[in-house]
Amino acid sequence: MEQLYQQVILDHSRQRSGEGELQAPDGESFQVNPTCGDECTVQVTLAEGAIDSLAWTGKGCSISQASLSLMYEMVHGQPVAEAEQLGETFRELIHNRGQELDEEKMDLLDDLGAFTGVGRYSARVKCALLGWMALRGALAQAQPTQA
Amino acid sequence: MTDLLNLAGDFPLLDRTVRGGKPLVYLDTGATSQKPAAVLEAERAFNSRHNAAVHRGAHQIAEEATEAYEGARAGVAQFVGADFGEIIWTKNATEGLNLVAYSFLNATLGRGGAEAERFRLNAGDEIVVTELEHHANLVPWQELAAKTGAVLRWIPVTPDGRLDLEQLDVISERTRVVAFTHASNVTGAITDTAPIVARAQEVGAYTVLDACQSAAHLPVNFAELGVDFAAFSGHKMLAPTGVGVLYGRRELLEAMPPVLTGGSMVEIVTMESTTFMPPPQRFEAGTQMVAQTVGMHAAVDYLTGIGMDKLAAHEDQLAGELLAGIAEVPGVRVLGPSSTQDRLAVVAFDVPGVHPHDVGQVLDDQGIAVRVGHHCAQPVHRAFGVHASTRASAGVYTSSSDIQAFIAGLHQVVKFFG
Repeated sequence: MEQLYQQVILDHSRQRSGEGELQAPDGESFQVNPTCGDECTVQVTLAEGAIDSLAWTGKGCSISQASLSLMYEMVHGQPVAEAEQLGETFRELIHNRGQELDEEKMDLLDDLGAFTGVGRYSARVKCALLGWMALRGALAQAQPTQA
Repeated sequence: MTDLLNLAGDFPLLDRTVRGGKPLVYLDTGATSQKPAAVLEAERAFNSRHNAAVHRGAHQIAEEATEAYEGARAGVAQFVGADFGEIIWTKNATEGLNLVAYSFLNATLGRGGAEAERFRLNAGDEIVVTELEHHANLVPWQELAAKTGAVLRWIPVTPDGRLDLEQLDVISERTRVVAFTHASNVTGAITDTAPIVARAQEVGAYTVLDACQSAAHLPVNFAELGVDFAAFSGHKMLAPTGVGVLYGRRELLEAMPPVLTGGSMVEIVTMESTTFMPPPQRFEAGTQMVAQTVGMHAAVDYLTGIGMDKLAAHEDQLAGELLAGIAEVPGVRVLGPSSTQDRLAVVAFDVPGVHPHDVGQVLDDQGIAVRVGHHCAQPVHRAFGVHASTRASAGVYTSSSDIQAFIAGLHQVVKFFG
């Protein structure tokens, strides 16, 4: 159990970063996990190709809440491209059946590496990725379509 | 505590281990039951010795298959106090409930001729459901209302998770259908059906009972209950998946238009039009799940062999142990009645500050299988002010030692996340 519920995850599920709402988001996305009804909304504003501000609201299990909290800490203020790359790498980790990725990717993931064990439990994959799906949706909405 | 029944040995799956060698404690019967060897063997024997298309072909095996299929119908009819022709095979209870709603829609569209006019819904008519329903007995009625212009109303739930029978004036002269559960899959509350049926009959509304949780755990007799329709699923009562039953009073089924159409349910087909067979065949289009009906026959024989009264007493004892054990875990709130009076051994609960997924994960790590989530009943969770819960549900094979293991596991949960 301790392998799944790493201290980082338990800490972030209790002391959550980035919860709140933005006045005028450039993009936002609402996502729901139909198996349990867990939901979250992620809002972003962009400036000069970077995530200027990010806020989220949601209700869910410790895995989903900790994932949102860590996501906030790692992507706000970061260039959009880097945030998207981090999201892709995190998705890869969660779909890797509990195995770590290569060293370079684990370095990139930093504290998100605590979620490695989640991949062993297929029922929890969606919990870990819910917030990141919302981030992807919010970023897509915030960026003008490139013709 | 001594168990009234000791039947786990009849269920091959219960012998297995999970999560690195831990013995399985299966407390998710409310979602689906395990199957006794007798059911598995009946299905295997049918497929290996008697499989053929039913109601066609003059060869010996076709006759054997037809006898097995119709024999299963007779067996299930007897089990729930119905006549042979009042039992329609469906894929599951969801399909059975939808069948009634869609047949009424077809009647509203003018199908079924003059005798089906009684099922027509008009703008301003009302359909009454309850806040306690599984989505399967709510969404089809929302859809029917949306398509016909009928208005959906509902009986609310009390703080202890029962239907509020003080609010039966929701059923009015405008009510055409009253759809309600016989026993809640969340709160475990068993419905006092008599006043609801009486009120519906008083205003001439059809009654539709969701008997999914009751048929597997209580003696059930639809004729005595006086309901017009009832649906239940095989897989929740020791039978295979893919088979369920819609019960309908014969007089109503005879007047109702079909829903699925095609082979096996027709008399004369010309290029222009078709006449339909009488019920139950009218509602059983296409090749049916014959082996599963044979499995369901074996399941009701198995339950009858135990005795539904004895089974209900066994599960009543388990419900008491569940409620007493949960009451000793600090902070945990049961979503449903706190006594075993008119209650199944289906207990959903909230551990404040700990999400049900996390509760279930820690229990699973100890080999204990429970359900987490909204259990396909979001409105009743909303009524309790939560959006999901954890649920332990017992069955014929559950023992006191299973309950003890679960309670010990729940203490672990609180310790882990405390």
